[in-house]
Amino acid sequence: MLLDGTLFYLFAAIVLVGAILTVTMRNVVYCAVCLITTLLGVAGLYLLQQAEFLAGVQIIVYIGGIMVLYMFVIMLVPIGEESRQRRFSSQKWLALLGGAVLAVQLGFLLSRGIGAFELAEPSIARDLGDLGSNSEDVGGVLFSEYLLAFELASVLLLVAMIGAVVMAKVRRES
Amino acid sequence: MFPVTTIHYLFLSTALLLIGTMGVLTRRNLLVVLMSIELILNAVNINLVAFSNYLGNVNGQVFVIFVITAAAAEVAVALGILIALFRNKETIHADEIDILKW
Repeated sequence: MLLDGTLFYLFAAIVLVGAILTVTMRNVVYCAVCLITTLLGVAGLYLLQQAEFLAGVQIIVYIGGIMVLYMFVIMLVPIGEESRQRRFSSQKWLALLGGAVLAVQLGFLLSRGIGAFELAEPSIARDLGDLGSNSEDVGGVLFSEYLLAFELASVLLLVAMIGAVVMAKVRRES
Repeated sequence: MFPVTTIHYLFLSTALLLIGTMGVLTRRNLLVVLMSIELILNAVNINLVAFSNYLGNVNGQVFVIFVITAAAAEVAVALGILIALFRNKETIHADEIDILKW
């Protein structure tokens, strides 16, 4: 339990510091690297929550796939002059005000504690020593209850792939 | 040290969501705006996994897989649009792309 607490605060610190640096860094490449740090921290939090399969998916898909895509586009777009320009748009004070209102609302909800949320009774906790069964559980539910959604997700990915190719293609005027 | 409960994860996810929202609203660079959207989606995922663990039920984790799928699709299309935009307008700053504004 002590190790769990220490690891949670470690990963939470990694996630939050990485997120803040992602939003505030001037250089886009540094932003991407900080985002990778954040995603790694989130993968660690998944591990703490007994979601081992998702931790692997997070690292493979997010860091191995999506962030590499970001890096490609960052390399395609020249960023040399970026460091001399303004980082934030002119509406930043309005945005900060709106964010403060949102923070107050969410903070009020959270401060009332978990007892205020009318949650269903948690069922019997899964035994923690059984580490190999998580992907089995997820796979079982994914391919039985959510089979249609799974197929639709594959169609969505196909459409997105075609869309990305069509968008980024150079059109020759004839 | 007191034990880590679901509410801790909810606080973390709220903070991450707020940071991501601030990034979307304030940054000029469209690439960083897209990265902030990733932060928001990750905040949602932390929430889903925390409740999935709290209720002892893997449905939340399946939802996270779908969220990651949607995020991958969104990033692919958005980056394609970004490249097309840069080719035509020579800029990726959100406040310089205003031809639909009057």
